[in-house]
Amino acid sequence: MEAFTIHTGRAVPLRRSNVDTDQIIPAVWLKQVSRTGFEKGLFSAWREDPDFVLNNPAYQGASILVAGSDFGTGSSREHAVWALQQYGFRVVIAPKFADIFRNNSTKMGLLPVILPAEVVERLQDEAEQDPTAEITVDLVDRVVRAGDLTVSFDIDDYTRWRLLEGLDDTGLTLRHADDIEVYENGRQPWLPTTV
Amino acid sequence: MGRGTGRTLAEKVWEQHVVRRAEGEPDLLYIDLHLVHEVTSPQAFDGLRMAGRTVRRPDLTIATEDHNVPTVNILAPIADPVSRTQVETLRKNAAEFGVRLHPMGDAGQGIVHVIGPQLGLTQPGMTVVCGDSHTSTHGAFGAIAFGIGTSEVEHVLATQTLPLYRPKTMAIEVDGALPYGVTAKDLILAIIAKIGTGGGQGYIVEYRGEAIRALSMEGRMTVCNMSIEAGARAGLIAPDETTFEYLAGRPHAPKGADWDAAVEYWRSLRSDDDAVFDEVVRLDASTLSPFVTWGTNPGQGAPLASSVPAPEDFADPAQRSAAERALTYMDLRAGTPLRDVAIDTVFVGSCTNGRLEDLRAAAEILSGRKVVTRTLIVPGSMQVKAAAEAEGLDQVFKAAGAEWREAGCSMCLGMNPDQLAPGERSASTSNRNFEGRQGKGGRTHLVSPQVAAATAVTGRLTAPADL
Repeated sequence: MEAFTIHTGRAVPLRRSNVDTDQIIPAVWLKQVSRTGFEKGLFSAWREDPDFVLNNPAYQGASILVAGSDFGTGSSREHAVWALQQYGFRVVIAPKFADIFRNNSTKMGLLPVILPAEVVERLQDEAEQDPTAEITVDLVDRVVRAGDLTVSFDIDDYTRWRLLEGLDDTGLTLRHADDIEVYENGRQPWLPTTV
Repeated sequence: MGRGTGRTLAEKVWEQHVVRRAEGEPDLLYIDLHLVHEVTSPQAFDGLRMAGRTVRRPDLTIATEDHNVPTVNILAPIADPVSRTQVETLRKNAAEFGVRLHPMGDAGQGIVHVIGPQLGLTQPGMTVVCGDSHTSTHGAFGAIAFGIGTSEVEHVLATQTLPLYRPKTMAIEVDGALPYGVTAKDLILAIIAKIGTGGGQGYIVEYRGEAIRALSMEGRMTVCNMSIEAGARAGLIAPDETTFEYLAGRPHAPKGADWDAAVEYWRSLRSDDDAVFDEVVRLDASTLSPFVTWGTNPGQGAPLASSVPAPEDFADPAQRSAAERALTYMDLRAGTPLRDVAIDTVFVGSCTNGRLEDLRAAAEILSGRKVVTRTLIVPGSMQVKAAAEAEGLDQVFKAAGAEWREAGCSMCLGMNPDQLAPGERSASTSNRNFEGRQGKGGRTHLVSPQVAAATAVTGRLTAPADL
């Protein structure tokens, strides 16, 4: 996983709530067996509309998506996270995230930042007024800075540490292989096996 | 989780699976059953290969082909080369890592959430995961079951565990009895409309109350299936005699003395009377009626007897603008009676409503009638298909002019050729009405199998009682 410490970039305002993972990456893109090439599928249906915000040249190269509430609802497809990252996003800011999407993001190093709805709206307003304005997302101090605004956000210590270090969960868990074995030896004998 | 001295069902199952607990870290939770399908697993198996890792417990892992499966000519090679490669990749990975696979053509093939219960692999008190958000279906047995992403799929393959923070608990108490003709699907659509698509975020939901206890296992699976549409990663129902009766004799259910020991344990799997939930939501089942969605998220639903709402009906500005957008996409006008909405295609199937009971309900309505829409009936598994044919349901469907298909996810998400054309409108027993979910530009109304069948007969959204 890519480590995340402090990121400064321009923002894209996505003024929609309930952005589901079928919009982030439609199912037709999920047939790939590799982990790359998903940027082409990002919001592919919405991008057919010339007025869609990502088609505005002013937002080319922006790396922070500022979206409405309940971002990432629906399917568990991690492809949604891959598509956002491969397109160039490092951070998504929203008032609320769907659980699986948020979890998938933190496994991949895409930082989901939860901010109050009024702050999110203010960031969207500012990104609309001045697409060149930069936002800094600081995971070390758990704050977002935009112009004269400094606002803190919550993230649990463990996830923050993993993101700062860029650590892969599987490697961490395998350090506890002995605990897993002890647990397995105590499982009920009637539990099913698939063989 | 619960703060009383008593414990909730979810808390009991969770505690039973904690491998390791350390201050300031998520719990390391053991996973009893890992279900795998072709879409979310290839990159996970690649990850194992790259790291030189193996599947820790292939005997707790099972794979099936479902999302890409063509529902006609299931034995012919898949025409779409990209879909074919994905299915072939699963076959190669299953063989290489020693995972049992039910491929197309196998009598055990089907939608991943239909075959787990069917085989008796899903049992009370277990932890079940799959790279698919509708894994919540398995909670119907009193299991903690939830969808995971591909990184977590790889993690479970390698370690048979997941690091997880304990979610909060929500009780959804459904008192009273569902009126005649009102189904589990109507109930869960009403619940989602009430609490919203984000209402369950951060919670494991326990469905409780008289109306829940009265549901069959299939109905309970329909309810738990759509927990994710209310934002909850998992939903569960305490096991009872209905559960035990469903499980008895299934291929992987315990036998003999093991069965007795298991049932004794399963009976302890209920929330204690003094358990405290973090949130409680109440509904009166007797007030419900057939329910349909009018918008582009599953929370945008209303009784079929009502009309398309107006954006101004919503006080919350975000909901208002979402409704406005949805009405435009759905090409609906506020105030139109939902019964007047004309439908082009009816889809009966999916992990929500593709089980035998659902097909029986549709057949009962279609018997002796003719459909006027394109009507796809897609069984959730090959075993459901065989059971339906043994009862002659296929003949009823064919006589009515509906198409009787092979088992798979089909038009629920249109990864196979079963799709809506742009602008086409469906009444669908599936779980998501997102923009383009069933085909680019397609418009979806979520309904019960009964409403789907009645709609196929009239060509407009119709409750069986209207026929």
